[in-house]
Amino acid sequence: MAKVPVQLTLNGSERAEFIDSGQTLLHSLRDRFGDTSPKGGCHQGTCGACSVIVDGELKLSCLTLAETCNGSHVETTAGLASDGILHPLQRAFLDGFAAQCGFCTPGMIMAAKALLARVPNPSREEVIEAISGNICRCTGYEPIIQAVLSAARSNSQNAA
Amino acid sequence: MGLTLQSFRSVGDASGALAAADARYLGGGTLVVRAANEGDVSLSTLVRVTDPALGKITVNGRLAHLGASVTMAAVSRHRELDAIAAAARAVGGPAVRNMATVGGNLFAPAPYGDFAVALLALDATVHFADGTQPIEAFLAMRETLSRGRIVTAVSFTLPAPGTFRFLKVSRVKPKGVSVLTIAAVIGQKDGAISSARIALGCVADRPIRAKAAERALAGRPRTAEGIADALAAAGDGTAPITDAIASGWYRAEVLPVHLRRLLLE
Repeated sequence: MAKVPVQLTLNGSERAEFIDSGQTLLHSLRDRFGDTSPKGGCHQGTCGACSVIVDGELKLSCLTLAETCNGSHVETTAGLASDGILHPLQRAFLDGFAAQCGFCTPGMIMAAKALLARVPNPSREEVIEAISGNICRCTGYEPIIQAVLSAARSNSQNAA
Repeated sequence: MGLTLQSFRSVGDASGALAAADARYLGGGTLVVRAANEGDVSLSTLVRVTDPALGKITVNGRLAHLGASVTMAAVSRHRELDAIAAAARAVGGPAVRNMATVGGNLFAPAPYGDFAVALLALDATVHFADGTQPIEAFLAMRETLSRGRIVTAVSFTLPAPGTFRFLKVSRVKPKGVSVLTIAAVIGQKDGAISSARIALGCVADRPIRAKAAERALAGRPRTAEGIADALAAAGDGTAPITDAIASGWYRAEVLPVHLRRLLLE
């Protein structure tokens, strides 16, 4: 199996690995780059559990080839906390009991993060649209929606 | 045995690599990487073109030109493409829209291909390096496209305000696979329909025009009575697909219902 080099910035750190040619970003993040935060759900782009942010855009890592991310900035949930301090989204999900089994959570948080970067004060409908590509079987979505709205509010309170 | 990715700076350079039987073009990856994940052994090489010109949107007067690598997200956010943004927003969810391309959607099999349905109603032109083809002809022969021929762009005349109608019927909202997709460009003059182009998705294995319905609308008023004949003819020439989303029977049953709602909006 041919190996190809992939160099990218993962959660702020410059990383380089040799990965199997044609491997998805999801598999290389989990198996080579040591980041198991994105999850493998459907592997066909319908569940959103693999969602990551590449160069500022929400993408499905199960449908992205790692080689196409050479030179890119990749953000995953594993990189959100800083010095042990949770990201506002993580705090809001925790406080709002927006995770039960937790499998959809990393994807949900990245989808929410991508939303808040573009729309700091989203409406309920905008939150629903933003997580529409992420399936949750446990929570019924409402706690997740509330957590995203709560994180947005606390962001704007901190900014004020 | 693995997958190899070959990247080229230009369409001309890539065409040779695509001539191999086991090579497929990589756009956003939403179709072809999915196929690889699902164990499609017929593909072993993915070919992509990184030419930034393929990602450009230009609008000159009323003529819109979208490069084949333009994403659904880019279309939905472009100021001058507001009239057709609903069609781009209908594709997948937010992450899919950041990846799915105009070019790729042309090849999507039913029940996918919502944007291609819109392009069919818009009577778009498909561009290659060496020429162009009307989208209807392209869709009819897209599987037999000679190996190595790469779609570079699509172009179409922006519809006059209020003439473009789009509906994606899905069981789950806001994001769900299509039961039916209907796009229509309806022109009216002096209280009667003066022109009608109606494109349907999921009533065949590719987007098709509802020509019998279009003919039945000519000169009629846009009222329940006026469109009745068109609704009765909506299913002519269709062979709705049966899949996990809906049966062909169901799609045939609800087609006139949704077409009625769309036309009377």
